[in-house]
Amino acid sequence: MAESLDQIFVTLNHLLTGFAPAAWRPLVAAVISIAGIIGVFASLFAVTTVLERKGLGRIQNRYGPNRVGPFGFLQPAADGIKALIKEDVVPRAADKIVFFLAPLMVVIPAFLVYAVLPIGRNMVLVDYDAGVLFFFAIGAATELSVFMAGWSSRNKYSLLGAMRAIAQMISYEIPLILSAVTVIMIVGSLSTVKIVAAQAGFHSIGLPNWFVFTPWGFAGFILFMVAATAETNRSPFDLPEGESEIIAGYYIEYSGFKFALFFLGEYMGLFAISGLGITLFLGGWHAPLAILEVVPSWMWFFAKLLALIFIFIWIRGTLPRLRMDQLMSFAWKFMLPMALINIISAAVWHFMPPGYERWLVGAAMVVGPYVLLGRGLMQGKKLEKRTYRYAE
Amino acid sequence: MLGEGIIKGMAVTAKNFLGSYVSEERLTTIQYPEERQVLQEAVRQFPFLVFDGNDPMAGLRCVACQICEKECPPKCIYIEKSKDKKPDYIGKMQIYPATFDIDLSVCMSCQICVEVCPFEAIKMDTDFELSTGDRFGGLLVNKHQLAKSNDHYRDIHPTEAAEVDERLAAEKVKAETKAKADAEAKAKAAAEAKAKAAAPPATPPAQTK
Amino acid sequence: MNIVFAIIATVTIAAAVAAMSLRNLVHCALALSVAFAGLAAAYLQLGAQFVGFTQLLVYVGAVAILVVFAILLTRGSEPPTQSVLSSGWLTGIVTAVVVLGVLVYAIAKSPTVAQRSMVQSAVPAEPSVTVRQIGEALMNKFVLPLEVVGLLLTAALIGAVIIAMKEEGRK
Repeated sequence: MAESLDQIFVTLNHLLTGFAPAAWRPLVAAVISIAGIIGVFASLFAVTTVLERKGLGRIQNRYGPNRVGPFGFLQPAADGIKALIKEDVVPRAADKIVFFLAPLMVVIPAFLVYAVLPIGRNMVLVDYDAGVLFFFAIGAATELSVFMAGWSSRNKYSLLGAMRAIAQMISYEIPLILSAVTVIMIVGSLSTVKIVAAQAGFHSIGLPNWFVFTPWGFAGFILFMVAATAETNRSPFDLPEGESEIIAGYYIEYSGFKFALFFLGEYMGLFAISGLGITLFLGGWHAPLAILEVVPSWMWFFAKLLALIFIFIWIRGTLPRLRMDQLMSFAWKFMLPMALINIISAAVWHFMPPGYERWLVGAAMVVGPYVLLGRGLMQGKKLEKRTYRYAE
Repeated sequence: MLGEGIIKGMAVTAKNFLGSYVSEERLTTIQYPEERQVLQEAVRQFPFLVFDGNDPMAGLRCVACQICEKECPPKCIYIEKSKDKKPDYIGKMQIYPATFDIDLSVCMSCQICVEVCPFEAIKMDTDFELSTGDRFGGLLVNKHQLAKSNDHYRDIHPTEAAEVDERLAAEKVKAETKAKADAEAKAKAAAEAKAKAAAPPATPPAQTK
Repeated sequence: MNIVFAIIATVTIAAAVAAMSLRNLVHCALALSVAFAGLAAAYLQLGAQFVGFTQLLVYVGAVAILVVFAILLTRGSEPPTQSVLSSGWLTGIVTAVVVLGVLVYAIAKSPTVAQRSMVQSAVPAEPSVTVRQIGEALMNKFVLPLEVVGLLLTAALIGAVIIAMKEEGRK
């Protein structure tokens, strides 16, 4: 029973493709899976927008939207209708073709990368041999679209926002990829299915075999999540799109549905990169405890995805925005050395025999540089409580 | 710099989030229009004219002295005096405003008209939900719309109204005693005059014989 | 010569021609990115997953961004003052034809093609090269070129930093 619930979508897919003629079967199977992925993640996007607004509202001592539908959960419908019926303003001096193509170029890579995420047991759309590389390669196409959006608006604010956004994205790509490299090194394969399979099973003390429960995996997970926050331009790294800083950054001149497409692309990228984080570090669709394996695998994936989304919303409500130079120095001076040291720590872990010594050594190799870098980069600046002097 | 500030911040945020479901002080939203904020007594929005008694036009305290019209900074009051007179609360005959218009879209709620009125005739109301679809004359109110009873004034501003009523009652008492004293003096003078008028004609006939 | 390859080739060549002949410099850069993506598609169609994705990651994700930044930071986005074709266009065409001839000759005379034509198989057996094999080759047989390339890139990086720093120092 649990097995069939686990594989319910796979069996559904087989059932539906059975209706098609034999020559068309692979295509029909692929189309059904694609439709499923787009449907699920687009509705997750809708739910996330409401959850984020309500969550942020509660953090800020207020209700979120609560007028449309029960507790405001039909708000995305209202937002969607608003986005569709708004006038689509194209600036007279704008480069029309590039202006039109930019939102598409944000959304299409964001949807393409879901192909390599294993959502459940046997539920990956394409099992590439170089799946993780596919993910990062397609993700890199998003940066070009940011530039297209910023440049085609012929607006100085927009161009400035686009340049800052691209600089931020390429700076944080290196810690992102390097923290994923540790997992690839340990597993020995770039395929997402093999990475998830390598995290099966449980330790003797009941902890699952997930990589996040190792010292290098924990550091790698934190690095990955911080870099992911910066890659998708989310708070506290949302200077390129901060409304109070640079009006709206590279999508100032977009209105109506194109703006909604940018929004969609950003959130889709967020889910995709969280999905990759879950695959690499949090054990994919594996259950955390052996007794909980009756719950279907895809439910575990979405539970972990929702937990990560909640943490993103929490961080957004907590931290102030980082300034551009703080952002860049954080990436190059702190995260890049930590990511490199993490790789060495993972290698040391791999070659030491299992036991508590490698835990100690691994932890020391991660915590030591963290403390040293953290203290050293402050350059002696003392952070005390701010005192104010008032005029007499 | 080791991230403990972030963790502390996240703890504060989490406390806010979870506390907003259980305690009042963490969720301070007042959901207008189902809930209204409890306003203080001294709140003020737009002026209204006070009348005593039951008849709005007969009991109107305003005597069209036009001081408020002259003192109003944006000049939103328009007054036309009447040709005849009507008795006020003391009984004296006063003129009354034939037209008293206030353009509420111009009024800036500065309360200067209230401060300068010597007759306690114009006071500040607390109603702000006056939006209308007519953007030309929708907020131009005339005498009949502005006239509200003293009971209403006592409802919205109890302490002020109590003080005003006390003062007016004291004035009325003073006026009445003065009127009574005047009446007594007049009566005495009339009696004296009458006595004088009655007495002198008696003496001359005595003198001519 | 199957249909997929024909489509990919047409797109790539069209994008490359557009990259040469468009007036607006940013349009040229974007057409160049499309040409890179077309090349990556060609690699993927041949079954070379690693090379294809690396082409996307490096060329579209980094080189195209570099080109775009260079255009942004200089005044390249203004319309060109002279015509798109340079004055020595005939020499350019002759040089391109010569280079193409050399490349075609080199590929036609390569041992792989000779092997394949000798075997005369209808469906050429694609050598399935996994990423693991590439990695092992890089680390064992080709480790010296790898390190040399790494050194070269580091030198370029340090040079860029020094140039940028010097400009700041001059200010």
